[in-house]
Amino acid sequence: MLATAVILFREVLEAALIVAIVLGASRGVAGRGRWVLAGIGVGLSGAALVAGLASTAAALLTGEGQALLNAAILLTAVGMLTWHNVWMSSHARELKAELSAVGAEVQSGSKPLTALAVITAMAVMREGSEAVLFLWAIAAGGEGRTSMGVGALVGVGSGVLAGGLLYRGLLRIPVRHFFTVTSWLILFLAAGLSAQAAGFLNQAGLLPALGQGLWNTSAWLDQNSLAGQLLHVLVGYVASPSGIQILFYLATLCVILFLMYRPRWRSL
Amino acid sequence: MNRIFWLPALMLAFSGLASGVALGADTPAVITIHNGKFEPSELRLPAGVRSRITVRNQDAFPAEFESIPLSREVVVPPRGEVSFFVGPAAAGRYEYFNDFNHDMKGTVVLEAAGGQ
Repeated sequence: MLATAVILFREVLEAALIVAIVLGASRGVAGRGRWVLAGIGVGLSGAALVAGLASTAAALLTGEGQALLNAAILLTAVGMLTWHNVWMSSHARELKAELSAVGAEVQSGSKPLTALAVITAMAVMREGSEAVLFLWAIAAGGEGRTSMGVGALVGVGSGVLAGGLLYRGLLRIPVRHFFTVTSWLILFLAAGLSAQAAGFLNQAGLLPALGQGLWNTSAWLDQNSLAGQLLHVLVGYVASPSGIQILFYLATLCVILFLMYRPRWRSL
Repeated sequence: MNRIFWLPALMLAFSGLASGVALGADTPAVITIHNGKFEPSELRLPAGVRSRITVRNQDAFPAEFESIPLSREVVVPPRGEVSFFVGPAAAGRYEYFNDFNHDMKGTVVLEAAGGQ
């Protein structure tokens, strides 16, 4: 039961934190709730589909297919997060005005609502499919249904709770700094996901490692500990990164920062 | 475990890149999951070259091969197999486990070529 709770908590935590940050960052954008819910729905269906494919050892998940699928999912999420941040950098002032009840109407047009749905769906699908497979492995290992059910509920419940706490915490940030904080959160989130994608592409043999395990900080901070896990999601902490992961991380940081601040530089 | 092998790792990476396909002659290696165990529990591979590892699951339930030091994470479907590349990495012991069952563990041992 405890194992089920702990592992499901970890899987759900990652998706919940991503959804919380994305929900926070899109504060004030009309219609975001519906799109995020749609994302969760699509993500859950996707998770069921992937888990189903795994049960038949489908070609998509065998060989190197799985690593490619993961990389594609992660890079799509990175693209969407980038779009979101760039959009925010030019609309944050209007949103801020609206939140401070000045009442300025936020410009409609290409709001990154689809981006919200896609990011949510990707996060839920990736973590959800692993959660389903894990539950299956546990069930096959002979753990009783009741004990497993309780563990699953506790794990999923506390994961969602952690996401909720982060969201509530974000909302307490004064409006003046709010979008600056969420933009930076998204920036590091995207860089971390990009580094993960690089790891999968290297795993599939498509990218060189450029030095595997350049360092190993497991002794200081175990990546599988709660703190390690949190930092892994929030800023992309990897205990033993390869050169290509560091390269992707830094490149993503630079590209997003450039796109975010470009309008400001132009107006100088 | 806080060894830092920047230089050797970088040198190995570049030598691997430089000689390309020759070194990339991917050494075939198989880890089998059977009756809830990884076999062999210690897989020996040459250090300093890229190797391809195939994990073959003969059991009826899924597993997730995960290694923090090798930075690898891959779901192995029941009665299925997955392949992935590791390295080039420095000689040493690289531990891995089944993320769906932490009692299942194993090690990949990368060994320096004889005489070097």
